Amino acid sequence: MDILAALMQGIFIALEPTNLGLALIGVVVGLFVGAMPGLGSVNGVAIFLPFTFVIQQTTGSATSPMIFLAAIYYGAMYGGAISSITLGIPGASTAVATTFDGRPLALKGKADKALVTAALASFIGGTVSVILFTAFAPPLASVALSFGPPEIFALMLLAFATFVGLGSDDIPKTIFSICFGLVLASVGFDQISGEPRLLFFDSTEWFSRGIRFLVLAIGIYGIGEMMWTINATRDKSSMSEVKFSLSRIKAATRQFAEAWRGTAIGSAVGFFVGILPAAGATPGSLMSYGVAKMTSKEPESFGKGNLDGVAAPEAANNSASTGAMLPMMTLGIPGSPTTAVLLAGMVIWGLQPGPLLFTQQPDFVWPLIGSFYISNVIAVIVNLAFIPIFLWMLRMPFTILAPMIFVLSLVGTYAAYQNMYEVWLMVFFGIGAFFLRMLDYPLAPAVLAIVLGPIAEPTLRQSLLFSDGSFSIFFSRPIAGPITIIALVLIALPLLKVLWNKLRAKSADEVVQGQA
Amino acid sequence: MRAAELITACILALFSGYIMWKAGEPPSWNPSVGRFANVGFIEDEGPGSGFWPFWLAAIMLLSCVWTIANWARRVTPHSRSQAVFLDGYGKKMLVYVGGGIIGFLIAIEVLGFYGAIPAFLVYYMRILGGHSWRLTLTIALMTPVVFFFFFDVAMRIVLPKGYLEPLFIPLYAIFL
Repeated sequence: MDILAALMQGIFIALEPTNLGLALIGVVVGLFVGAMPGLGSVNGVAIFLPFTFVIQQTTGSATSPMIFLAAIYYGAMYGGAISSITLGIPGASTAVATTFDGRPLALKGKADKALVTAALASFIGGTVSVILFTAFAPPLASVALSFGPPEIFALMLLAFATFVGLGSDDIPKTIFSICFGLVLASVGFDQISGEPRLLFFDSTEWFSRGIRFLVLAIGIYGIGEMMWTINATRDKSSMSEVKFSLSRIKAATRQFAEAWRGTAIGSAVGFFVGILPAAGATPGSLMSYGVAKMTSKEPESFGKGNLDGVAAPEAANNSASTGAMLPMMTLGIPGSPTTAVLLAGMVIWGLQPGPLLFTQQPDFVWPLIGSFYISNVIAVIVNLAFIPIFLWMLRMPFTILAPMIFVLSLVGTYAAYQNMYEVWLMVFFGIGAFFLRMLDYPLAPAVLAIVLGPIAEPTLRQSLLFSDGSFSIFFSRPIAGPITIIALVLIALPLLKVLWNKLRAKSADEVVQGQA
Repeated sequence: MRAAELITACILALFSGYIMWKAGEPPSWNPSVGRFANVGFIEDEGPGSGFWPFWLAAIMLLSCVWTIANWARRVTPHSRSQAVFLDGYGKKMLVYVGGGIIGFLIAIEVLGFYGAIPAFLVYYMRILGGHSWRLTLTIALMTPVVFFFFFDVAMRIVLPKGYLEPLFIPLYAIFL
């Protein structure tokens, strides 16, 4: 009951006009930053961090600036889905998985349905995770901390295995795409030994920076996919058929129940992955997408416009963003790049994140948790209110929309890294992606791989170091073992299917021959 | 399409082989280490720096061989397709749109973002899209203004200005 009383008091403080106003501004800012291709929650939170010192001085408390930044974080999680669905470009890495089904839905003229589903799934994911956060904060953090490198690598393997085992794409091409993304992620300097590697053309100036996620993602989605769409649709404005009205949005809200499975999976998986140190919302959303697909009765409809495919990653990225706050606040370990910036902010405001925060700073903690509830409500209302504006973007002729997306892609890439080398590389990837797309090479696995590569490689190498080079470590540990076995079964699934079909055909032949 | 499938798989196989070769490179400060010494398990150090990219590239190479085998057995749709890879429209699109984007990049290096954006938008909307001058110029001129206030002024992300930099000095004095 103590928790409930503290929470109620926290919510009252979060509802004070100043805090409420800051949450509203934060959500709107976050929504736009998240929707801009190239800018994600981490950019928004980092860019606005200097403004929070003014807020702290004015209000005299560390709670108000934190509420503002957390609201930007939430808003950006909602906003990322907007460009994923309407433009087909993920606004942030956390919304990559939303593109897989959100984009096909928009192309079918169901962008309104996808946006409403994304907003409501985000709201439910956010709310579920805040409730989980409130109730289970300390014990859950200790469970996540017990995850060592073998467990984390096994989870990564599972994420890739879902693409191979359950994808409807050509298997060798899918495997190529995953490995290509992982190789790109390893360009630059080896994180463990510090040795330079894969510096193409021996250019230390260019490739030593590594190849960033957004360069590949914007190249593929902003340039390659756009050129493919122009070629496939022959410049006919395939996106202008979207109709929207209040009644359609209301209808989409009523149909949201169809996506309950994806929402439930996303809320749970997202939260748990979010609390893992160094995981965060991006792997959370990608993994939820994989799990939703794996457990679906119609896995083949994923990637073609399945509502669960929108709901799962969207519920997950909001859920994970709250989950990532958990180790940050209770243990001082950030679960994502954005929470790392938030952690930096807390230290600057004079707070010491860690196990003592809950006992020594209840005046900071509970109003902040209260604001999570409030920001979620504000975000879903603002998001739903803006849907007609986002849909209006789709009604533009393609000869206006396409150059605008090209301009946004180039400017967004520059804004993210402030370097022209990254912009050139992005265009190079884009044109390459166009050719591969023409031959049905799936590109989404490469994007997943470049994001997860920096987590997968060190965890694999650390695990092998623990075990003196033996892969048995992935099978002998109680949590890693079952996950690895499931992943291997998934990878072998296509082969098993072929064998099964051959056996069935053979036995059918024998039956026919026997009858003859 | 059939030829394109084979050529692409062969190029990607060569690329995979190159990555395997490159991953085994010894660090420049220690040339005494042999090539491919870093792709296996090093005593007391664990897997070397080339371990991860080398074996991934090996899997990439195998998957290309698999694609080529599928091509030879004609089991995938692309390996059976007799359609052309890029028809006349596709080639024109690649030259006009792809070339336009490359031109845009070169223009950024010379004129900066604020000179290149209107030029690219006029090229695409007016010349490729055939939109009216009024609409084209409204969007082509409004976009850089909005971007200037969003990026340079609000976000403090200064976009490159190329040779147009002197024109912005008075604006910096007012807004920054």
